[in-house]
Amino acid sequence: MSTTIERRRDDVGTPPPPPPPSGALRRTSDWARRAPLLPALIFTIVVTQLPFVVTLVVSFMDWNAYYPDERGFTGFSNYASVLTDVNMREAILTTVVLTVVVVLVSLLLGLGIALLLDRRFRGRGVVRTMMITPFLVVPVAAALLWKHALFNPEYGLLNGTLTAIWRLFGSDDAPQPDWITAAPLVSVEIALIWQWTPFMMLILLAGLQSRPLDVIEAARIDGASSWQVFRYMTFPHLRRYLELGALLGSIYIVQNFDAVFTITSGGLGTANLPYVIYQTFYQAHDYGRASAAGVVVVIGTIVIATLALRTVSTLFQEENAR
Amino acid sequence: MSSVTDVAPVAATRTPGGEPRRPRKPRGGALLALLAWLIGFLFVLPVLWMVLTSFHSEEDAATNPPSVLAPLTLEGYRSFFGIGTGANPWPSLLNSLTASVVSTAIVLLLAIPAAYALSIRPVRKWTDVLFFFLSTRMLPVVAGLLPIYLFAQFSGLLDNIWLLIVLYTAMNLPIAVWMMRSFLAEVPVEILEAASMDGAGLLLTLRRVVAPIVLPGIAATSLICFIFSWNELLLARTLTGTVAQTAPVYLTGFVTSQGLFLAQVCAAAFVVSLPVLVAGFAAQDKLVQGLSLGAVK
Repeated sequence: MSTTIERRRDDVGTPPPPPPPSGALRRTSDWARRAPLLPALIFTIVVTQLPFVVTLVVSFMDWNAYYPDERGFTGFSNYASVLTDVNMREAILTTVVLTVVVVLVSLLLGLGIALLLDRRFRGRGVVRTMMITPFLVVPVAAALLWKHALFNPEYGLLNGTLTAIWRLFGSDDAPQPDWITAAPLVSVEIALIWQWTPFMMLILLAGLQSRPLDVIEAARIDGASSWQVFRYMTFPHLRRYLELGALLGSIYIVQNFDAVFTITSGGLGTANLPYVIYQTFYQAHDYGRASAAGVVVVIGTIVIATLALRTVSTLFQEENAR
Repeated sequence: MSSVTDVAPVAATRTPGGEPRRPRKPRGGALLALLAWLIGFLFVLPVLWMVLTSFHSEEDAATNPPSVLAPLTLEGYRSFFGIGTGANPWPSLLNSLTASVVSTAIVLLLAIPAAYALSIRPVRKWTDVLFFFLSTRMLPVVAGLLPIYLFAQFSGLLDNIWLLIVLYTAMNLPIAVWMMRSFLAEVPVEILEAASMDGAGLLLTLRRVVAPIVLPGIAATSLICFIFSWNELLLARTLTGTVAQTAPVYLTGFVTSQGLFLAQVCAAAFVVSLPVLVAGFAAQDKLVQGLSLGAVK
């Protein structure tokens, strides 16, 4: 292997370095460059891309493990049943509502908290660490915590606190709502917002701290108000980070399974697509329909993912152009 | 930066003495600091409550209003670890540890050479390759679940920890490649050139020059891969049974209420989350880079 190390190209998308003189030599050097990449690339293609191809094929098949004799191709009938089935349509709607609510609320909360943490004050590091903690609880454990220790109508912390506050004012009939039954989807959303706000906060805080401070200082000296600095300088700079947070958050939350599975077990109208697919395949063993639903999720995700990749690519080019 | 040109013209306000206006108002600052503390406390409160409750007796854990000052006991932990209940979480904790550590090691073995070929000695179209890796992380796991399940059934790999190791490796590889690439890109080219001029071979250069610069990055990448593998539920729940079940799968046994069991649930949730909390706090500074797939530093 050659020991010369070529200068790394810092610009993105420009043609490769000047080709070495002879064709054979060039081919050898190309393969020497590619060799370290190949194991990871081949592994990824085999483990992540092949299953999707199979899913695509099975989605056009009539295949239920309980009726193995009826296996065969059926064209688009699985898609028709996925898109006309009431449960599936509800699951699609639930997935959209769950994702949009959780992403928007945690993004807004995260923005507010990131702005607070961008200021210098005593114990800022401690507050930042406290803020990150919810994200570092294992998702199933977090869902169990909300279900049993906080939302429980008899001994949960929420109702316990209500009782304590009412007692403080000499009353014994504090409201004791059954949170999960009364508002199942909102309960799942609250637990997820609690876990995802730190994620948004971290991304936005990183965005805030990459602002050109000298320019902002100059604007302040020239008399720009805090609002003006935020509206005309901070916000345009943060826009990409807001987009990135929203898109990555959507990608993770569209796929959420843990919270729905644990808090409501998919009942009370909280079953989202991943949960329904899990059920269709794991309990009903209807492989064809589960695959068609999987393809629907993939198509939905591709729309978000394309936008996300574009945003990442813009940030990436800016960073490399620096 | 284009944003700078967006600034609307602002009349310069200066005090009559010609001094620039003081940018900060101290009292508002104190209030905002207090608000930040309050919000931080609210967010960490459920976790603190979980830890406190895990050290209460089952009777004290289930009171309304809550008994904050109840005496501390290890009862919850004893029940979780099976003293008097016959439960045994150790195999699942060990499975989680095996799956997370082994998959992280394989991820590093695959990702570091790949990142090298995407930064220091880049292949043609290296940005395309990088974005291909990223796109695989964005496709929902649930859509590939069925073929993986059928394959596992066919090849007898159901309920086998190695299947999870392979899948977790694939799940974390894109993140690791992106993170490692951004760390390797920080190695100054001049140092590499100087080393090669002085006649240092590739391995020597890697060991003496590159490694010291990127070791913190490797540590952060491992911690983040570890966290993602440790947390995973859907694949583990579908593909493992009694033998290879992981800690999150074990936790799903607490989904339905079983009489007085809150202290035990809190102990279980805390024990299973502890490795992630430790890894997460250790990787705090690089956490955002990993979570944003290397897009944000």
